[in-house]
Amino acid sequence: MNTYNATPIAKSDRIKKLVDHLYAKMPEIEAARAELITESYQSTEGQPVIMRKARAFEHILKHLPIIIRPDELIVGSTTIAPRGCQTYPEFSYDWLEAEFETVETRSADPFYIADETKKRLLKANAYWKGKTTSELASSYMAKETHRAMKHNFFTPGNYFYNGVGHVTVQYEEVLSVGLKGVKARAQKEMDSCQFGDANYSTKMRFLEAVIISCDAVINYAKRYSVLAAEMADKESNAVRKAELLTIADVCSRVPENPAESFQEACQSFWFIQQVLQIESSGHSISPGRFDQYMYPYYEKGIKEGTLTREYAQELIDCIWVKLNDLNKCRDAASAEGFAGYSLFQNLIVGGQTVKGRDATNDLSFMCITASEHVFLPMPSLSVRVWHGSSQDLLIRAAELTRTGIGLPAYYNDDVIIPALVNRGIKMEEARNYNIIGCVEPQVPGKTEGWHDSAFFNMCRPLEMVFSNGYDKGEVASIQTGDVESFRTFEEFFEAYRKQMEYNIELMVNANNAIDIAHAQLAPLPFESCLVDDCMKRGMSLQEGGAIYNFTGPQGFGIANVADSLYTIKKLVYDEKKVTMGELKRALELNFGKGLDAITAGEIAMDVAKSLAKEGKTVTPDILQATIQSVMEMELPEEQKKRYEEIHDMILELPKYGNDIDEVDELATEAAYVYTRPLENYKNPRGGIFQAGLYPVSANVPLGAQTGATPDGRLAHTPVADGVGPTSGYDVSGPTASCNSVAKLDHAIASNGTLFNMKMHPTAMAGQKGLESFVDLIRGYFDQQGMHMQFNVVDRATLLDAQKHPEKYSGLIVRVAGYSALFTTLSKSLQDDIIKRTEQAEGR
Amino acid sequence: MSMSDYMNAKGRIFDIQRYSIHDGQGIRTIVFLKGCALRCKWCCNPESQSFEIETMTINGKSKVMGKDVTVAEVMETVKRDLPYYRRSGGGITLSGGECLLQPEFSVGLLKAAKDIGISTAIESMAFAKYETIEKFLPYLDTYLMDIKHIDADKHKEFTGHENRQMLENAVRVALSKQTELVIRVPVIPGFNDTEKELLDIAQFADNLPGVTKIHILPYHAYGRGKYEGLGREYPMGDVKGPSDSQMQAFKEAIESKTSLHCYIGG
Repeated sequence: MNTYNATPIAKSDRIKKLVDHLYAKMPEIEAARAELITESYQSTEGQPVIMRKARAFEHILKHLPIIIRPDELIVGSTTIAPRGCQTYPEFSYDWLEAEFETVETRSADPFYIADETKKRLLKANAYWKGKTTSELASSYMAKETHRAMKHNFFTPGNYFYNGVGHVTVQYEEVLSVGLKGVKARAQKEMDSCQFGDANYSTKMRFLEAVIISCDAVINYAKRYSVLAAEMADKESNAVRKAELLTIADVCSRVPENPAESFQEACQSFWFIQQVLQIESSGHSISPGRFDQYMYPYYEKGIKEGTLTREYAQELIDCIWVKLNDLNKCRDAASAEGFAGYSLFQNLIVGGQTVKGRDATNDLSFMCITASEHVFLPMPSLSVRVWHGSSQDLLIRAAELTRTGIGLPAYYNDDVIIPALVNRGIKMEEARNYNIIGCVEPQVPGKTEGWHDSAFFNMCRPLEMVFSNGYDKGEVASIQTGDVESFRTFEEFFEAYRKQMEYNIELMVNANNAIDIAHAQLAPLPFESCLVDDCMKRGMSLQEGGAIYNFTGPQGFGIANVADSLYTIKKLVYDEKKVTMGELKRALELNFGKGLDAITAGEIAMDVAKSLAKEGKTVTPDILQATIQSVMEMELPEEQKKRYEEIHDMILELPKYGNDIDEVDELATEAAYVYTRPLENYKNPRGGIFQAGLYPVSANVPLGAQTGATPDGRLAHTPVADGVGPTSGYDVSGPTASCNSVAKLDHAIASNGTLFNMKMHPTAMAGQKGLESFVDLIRGYFDQQGMHMQFNVVDRATLLDAQKHPEKYSGLIVRVAGYSALFTTLSKSLQDDIIKRTEQAEGR
Repeated sequence: MSMSDYMNAKGRIFDIQRYSIHDGQGIRTIVFLKGCALRCKWCCNPESQSFEIETMTINGKSKVMGKDVTVAEVMETVKRDLPYYRRSGGGITLSGGECLLQPEFSVGLLKAAKDIGISTAIESMAFAKYETIEKFLPYLDTYLMDIKHIDADKHKEFTGHENRQMLENAVRVALSKQTELVIRVPVIPGFNDTEKELLDIAQFADNLPGVTKIHILPYHAYGRGKYEGLGREYPMGDVKGPSDSQMQAFKEAIESKTSLHCYIGG
């Protein structure tokens, strides 16, 4: 039987001080990294890209200003300002320049930027014109792909404008052999290269780049050692002086050497986690199974009596604080989609060992305790659940959920392991899976999963069925015929499938173009040397060096599509209460509920195009006047009444999320329309595409670009989040919602599915509340659900927080694959979270 | 009656509520039966009282309260949460109304629940002939029995009926040893919210063989809107429920004077 010590440990005073210091000011953008990479690139023109990358990394780590913050035990900060961020002009930069004046005041994730910093960045950025990954990617895409992006079918923005990230490296190896050992492996590979090898030149350069990069990290740690020693010298407080001397000692040894103590293991882990995010701007660099790979160092310390559980907890808490010190500034649109200053560093506890036994240990509990102590969004804490999970661990996790922090998320081993095996992964490796970013499962240290490669809005192709491929007055997709000519529901569904498949292929085109751009311009030697089998193959992750390669774009809007299909099936075809023509016009005119500026603009654009076709000149004045008249247009009372009647009829229909098989079946089919075609596509790294079903928080901004849908959703309102029901449509309680969602085929969506549920605190009160909560998760997982996460706050609290943000600066909500401070979210996202049905017990 | 005829037994219900976690063991589905013999002034489900199908206005929309269904139809819904019952040891709870007033239907539901191996409970006032109750017991895991007052006159004044038969039934159910008997007491201001009145009930419960638990449920006015929706006057007016500290004091009094475990709330 598995034994562990689950006793919670008290929070030390240090942690509160560290957190207060971190959140004292608005985060700030710094210019040092942009300047350093530019300087280095200017001096390495003409060299192989991989060498330029390594030299730039070396140059940055040698000169980036360093700081040890007050009371820190674990050191290493990417910026001088707490929670500050560097910029990464090699991926893209023009959005930031365009947003210089608004980035400090925008609603989602504002950053302070000094005028001096703006000047410095402008100077550095100038070098990168025409040299960024986004520009190269853009040039590789088909013109149809650009058109589809312009019409908002999907957005591949994540890797289009940034590094990839989304990886879990072999922390374990660094802890056990040190970077010294990694370098030795690189050297051994070099020694085994034969002059006649076809890849001799690229492999040798790659391995050379690896060694330069490892040395750069070793020296970076030594800079901290020196700084700590200097600070110790000046320190008058004896306790702090001793701490600084320990830090100096630790940083002189790791990550170069194998970790000898738990503190060395923690510090070594941290340097790796931090510098990966200096090398590239990719987010979702996920620590993964921290409780597993850190355990030997903890166990040794406890056994030898050199480590107390209290000190171990304090060190873990310190790492949790540091995970929140890292930050990233995204463009305004992406900031809405990933709101909450989140870097999605997913850390997972529990689950199974490679032998298929319960993996719970002391650290599994201490990680949960750390999130309770630190009470910040990072890490994205996750718990693996399986039939053999320790009930103690799940109850402890439920206690954390009940605090309202929105953590942890729960994952089902019994779906994820077979889903990975189905993708060609060995059973033992599949059992060792962790989660990347929001919800994406993969094998740590062996995978380049490209997990967040695009958001695909499944409602937009549905709109194209109604418009026969027209959007904003022009052809935007393929033509599937006049919607009024479809005689059966099956014909309609077939048209939807065609619209989907066409746009899915274009998304693949976009992803692969971006993929190639990263391989050609942004191979990352340091990240690559910590993922198998890059060194053996002599190529970077970006070029296909990983053992497992995937591309995982995620679809969202399943609930809207399912309910829409049901409306059409029921009202138009089965009961014939509404004609397709009526429905089409009702959608165009937003069910007679009034047109907002966006819809009016679209209609005006149609009018303008047809005028132009007739040879008439359309001036901006005419266009403006047309928009105005469309907005003021009063529908004939009779028409308006009919559209409202249709809307009422739609609202009365059964909806997805209530455990009604007929509707849920359509949801399953709608999901397949997205997930199945993707499996047929390959990426340039030799892997396949695999679908995910989750929107992060993109359901809000992308919903704003989607007209009214036949499920009764009004124009430009958010589409449903994740695989869950539409906000407010699930009225039969949590078990019914869970059952509906469990009917989807989650295993085929092996890039992850996301099911958000909001819990009222009363639903979790007392020991009984906790137990029932755990049983609810287990009941959902028994039916092959994949993931579940919860917000436990009451509506009144959230409404009050909107009115008085100052009173709620610490209020954490679960947004999507992560938790964020509620008050930092945009108003529209706040509204969406408030609307998600409260699954409190009724009565 | 053939083996499965009970699946076709008909009854009248007004709601089915899933994921109920504060009434009995585990995650439960509560079936609310329509029709009650009592007219408790504080009743928070006034739509449960009349057996007749009626219309209630909620949030400006009128809703028909009451539906005739078969055991099989109800079980369709109940069975949907089997995975959660399995994990939690939960099951079905019959509430109301008073399920003893529709014995054939109720017993049918309990049998059907036992057929699929889930736990069964009823919330009931025991206001029926013992011969009726006896039919429930072989299929009943937990009897959540309301005892509202020991004094017969006061009971009649506030509920419309005396309590003699109910108290007798409590004793007989306890003696039968066929089911776990749990006593529940709504704590109603001006009716039984004194330590003495509650202790009288608790001591009675403590003397019932096998009874170890008593639940005291604080009065709340959540049902008020329903009275308006039914076009009826709310009999409790603006009365406020007992405070948390009062409830805590009651619990302590009961636990110090009896051997019962006392729980606040369901």
